[in-house]
Amino acid sequence: MSQNFTPNEMMTVAAARALTNQDVCFVGIGAPSAACNLARQTHAPDIVLIYESGTIETRPNVLPLSIGDGELCETALTTVPVPEMFRYWLQGGRITTGFLGGAQIDKFANLNTTVVGPYEKPSVRLPGGGGAPEIATSCGQIFITMAHSKRAFVEKIDFFTSLGHGEGGDSREKLGVTTKGPTKVITDLCVMEPDATTKELTVVSLHPGVTKEQVIAATGWPVKFAPNAGETPPPNETELKVLRELHARTKAAHGGNA
Amino acid sequence: MAEFLKLSEAIEANVRDGDAVAMEGFTHLIPFAAGHEIIRQKRKRLSLIRMTPDLIYDQLIGMGCAERMTFSWGGNPGVGSLHRFRDAYQNGWPNKIEIVEHSHAAMANAYDAAAAGLPFAVFRGYRGAELPRVNPSIKEVTCPYTGEKLATVPAVNLDVAIIHAQKADRKGNVLLEGIVGVQKEAVLAAKRSVVTVEEIVDELNTPSPNSVVLPGWTVKAIAVVPGGAHPSYTQGYYKRDNAFYKAWDEIARDRDSFLAWMEENVLKKGPEAFAAHAKKAA
Repeated sequence: MSQNFTPNEMMTVAAARALTNQDVCFVGIGAPSAACNLARQTHAPDIVLIYESGTIETRPNVLPLSIGDGELCETALTTVPVPEMFRYWLQGGRITTGFLGGAQIDKFANLNTTVVGPYEKPSVRLPGGGGAPEIATSCGQIFITMAHSKRAFVEKIDFFTSLGHGEGGDSREKLGVTTKGPTKVITDLCVMEPDATTKELTVVSLHPGVTKEQVIAATGWPVKFAPNAGETPPPNETELKVLRELHARTKAAHGGNA
Repeated sequence: MAEFLKLSEAIEANVRDGDAVAMEGFTHLIPFAAGHEIIRQKRKRLSLIRMTPDLIYDQLIGMGCAERMTFSWGGNPGVGSLHRFRDAYQNGWPNKIEIVEHSHAAMANAYDAAAAGLPFAVFRGYRGAELPRVNPSIKEVTCPYTGEKLATVPAVNLDVAIIHAQKADRKGNVLLEGIVGVQKEAVLAAKRSVVTVEEIVDELNTPSPNSVVLPGWTVKAIAVVPGGAHPSYTQGYYKRDNAFYKAWDEIARDRDSFLAWMEENVLKKGPEAFAAHAKKAA
């Protein structure tokens, strides 16, 4: 089946649609940044975007390569010092939605961005958690965007960088965490949400042209599908146009691949 | 009181082998010229502290200046891994490096506590995260008022803080604008501090009374190094060289190409080489 959009574009558009005009969003670099700015430039013009470098209500015209590009500060309402960002704004409970990704995710949406292999003797040393451990527990809810593959969607993550739903059920409450945690995982194949009781990630919609078999093959645990799982509405013309223009401006600005 | 020195003198006088050093700047205002000077002066066994090690610590580690790194996110932002850090940590090249790993919130709080002269920082963090298992300095206290369990980390313990800023006046008062990161906290936390600046001016003309200004008496040494934050950036002067950050991935991936780059661009050069990057932003 031929389509006029890529799986990555579908992922970004699906993530953007999950955001509302009322959200105060803690934005990470990469797919989350694209999704948040797509939302801002389409259906959620008043969404508040906050980057951990301290920029509040930022409205970048091109996507930043780093979390602290000058573009973010120049287009922000205000920029606060980093300790203040983590203390008053994140820990202070002022963020409705945080975006995370990772190298590995398990069926309870716990994330690993620290190591592949044992911590002391890793086969791959990854960058580490950055803001994630506290983003995961301090934001009202968490959206996760990641490309879907068996290497990333694993039965057991090698390191618990940030808390999702722990061991499932009421794990978060037991740890004294009062926020919702991951409420959506948006991949390039599908959208998953945690089951209301068990908190196990369940496929709630398949992107156009994607089969259940593809999702099963790309997931490292026996993945469950919601009985009413349907098809994710494809990106519309406006969404694709705005997203592509954003990427084109970004590519021109950064001198190379965006 | 701040002393105006050449960069080489400022580093010579303030950075010693084995020191705990923070070279801060959250993406913005990263003191690359000062880092290169430390490499040229062949400092050894440094304990490097930085939230986001960035290319500057990749370079120091690859050149054998460090024995420990305390950090919270160790990648090349938007690009990938820090290959020299990975090679040192995983393969011991050019020497073994020990790591002390935190989250951003923990590091930011640890700087804040040190600036405030407190022994430790307390915050709501690390819940359900695994770092406390592998970093024994992360502990927990019970709030004496509410009973809530909270995370603690020790205040950063710094011999020297090194930062880059837009400008200083002739009394040594320093102005930082834009994304200001944890630099104020790092300078106030450290026993000694070195500040490189784009320029010295008669009047700081602070854009507002709330601008981040470090009084000259909180700073040990100031060196004028136009372009000194490149390939990071200085708001109002020049932009982040994102193309270089991408190019670094190839340069640093391989030991020989890394050493060749360092030889050509650091060992054979001086701080004046940074001036080429200091063109004012339009």
